[in-house]
Amino acid sequence: MLKRTPLFDTHLACNAKMVDFGGWEMPLHYGSQIEEHHHVRRHAGMFDVSHMLNVDIEGADVRGFLRTLVANNVDKLQTPGKALYSCMLNPDGGVIDDLIIYFLSESHFRIVVNAGTAEKDVAWMQQQASATHPDLTITPRRDLGMIAVQGPAAREAVWSVWPQHRTASENLIAFAALVEGDVMIARTGYTGEDGFEIVLPATDAPAFWAALKVAGVAPAGLGARDTLRLEAGMNLYGNDMDETVSPLDAGLAWTVDLKTPRPFIGRDVLEANGKQRNFVGLKLLDRGVLRAHMQVVTPHGDGEITSGTHSPTLGFSVAMARVPVAVAVGDTVNVDIRGKLMPALVVKMPFVRNGKALIS
Amino acid sequence: MNIPANLKYTKSHEWIRLEADGTLTIGITDPAQEMLGDLVFVGDVKVGQTLSAGDTAGVVESVKAASDIYAPVNGEVTEFNGELDAAPEALNGAPYDNWIFKMKPANVEDLAKLLDAAAYQTVATAG
Repeated sequence: MLKRTPLFDTHLACNAKMVDFGGWEMPLHYGSQIEEHHHVRRHAGMFDVSHMLNVDIEGADVRGFLRTLVANNVDKLQTPGKALYSCMLNPDGGVIDDLIIYFLSESHFRIVVNAGTAEKDVAWMQQQASATHPDLTITPRRDLGMIAVQGPAAREAVWSVWPQHRTASENLIAFAALVEGDVMIARTGYTGEDGFEIVLPATDAPAFWAALKVAGVAPAGLGARDTLRLEAGMNLYGNDMDETVSPLDAGLAWTVDLKTPRPFIGRDVLEANGKQRNFVGLKLLDRGVLRAHMQVVTPHGDGEITSGTHSPTLGFSVAMARVPVAVAVGDTVNVDIRGKLMPALVVKMPFVRNGKALIS
Repeated sequence: MNIPANLKYTKSHEWIRLEADGTLTIGITDPAQEMLGDLVFVGDVKVGQTLSAGDTAGVVESVKAASDIYAPVNGEVTEFNGELDAAPEALNGAPYDNWIFKMKPANVEDLAKLLDAAAYQTVATAG
């Protein structure tokens, strides 16, 4: 039996095509994935992300616990509400998950983790805490739903249905959140557009969704979520990195703090191995579609596409690929598409940000 | 789902129309475009190639996945619909008005082996 979010019935009522996504029955699209994509870039769309898990970590010295648990440095979080994107590594330096940590108070941090990894993440956190911080409370919050409202008109739409939260959330800077009771409003997202990710009691999610729809926010499915995040140059766990991949080889060096001497799980291996692969963007120079696992042929050796798609905003195919370190932006490489070698240009990511194409 | 009675079909979701000159016009069905989602690429069709029934004749790609299209009968590929280069999404909007390729069948009698609309309806409903 697949797991369902509090919005399951809502999706069916919106004519969603439902699919199995890591054990969850989720909407792939509500008619046209491409139209949903454009609606987010040009106006506002909403995604049910209730399958992701909010994990509350409470008690004394949560900060000290997180300093060693994750690869980014939680000491960057000094203002309550501020968020930090990080990888949680295993002792071999592989990525257990990528997650967002919200600093709510010194005795309360919240971590939002991926759906497919949620159970192993919580088990890993509990195992680590039992060794060094046995008094911490780690609480998975399946009583909460989560809706991402994204696009240039997203924040105005949220305020129109939640005027009581307008004043408090108007001044939120990017990557910061506010909490009022069981509601959290975060200026974060996975599309490269402005917007909010909103956590709320699961029972309130359907009414909030319905009100946003009336306010002109289009339901958008996992399909559009994937093309939007790929255009935005944002990694997808399980595609672009996993437990066998170092964050340094997945374009995530910017999230790993090696500047401070702080020990963290996986650090020794990262420092010993360094960066072994380049993580680059590709633009297909011919017609066709780049897909995950296609082989990338370069004069410096082979690489592999980790995520690829047709970009609705750009009108051609783009991809993320792990390639030999000698491959640089501006190089032309070849991609094996069903036995045919097709030329692709190595480009800088992101491909699209705030509705604007950054490559052409 | 829309399955016109005047066409022939395959289990792999191609529709086939026999033209007056004996050639075959081939596309993908409404249930097929529905399953694939938004189409973004149609191609890899080799004009002049001789194929056996069931051989890969080309590919259609949606945002989601790539899916092969197959020769319904033995024969030679005579034409590819170049208009799909610029507008693959036409297959979503009007799958029976937009063909993908044409074939000259080796034996017109082979068409008897294809599905009629009722038989295809059963296939499509079963998924």
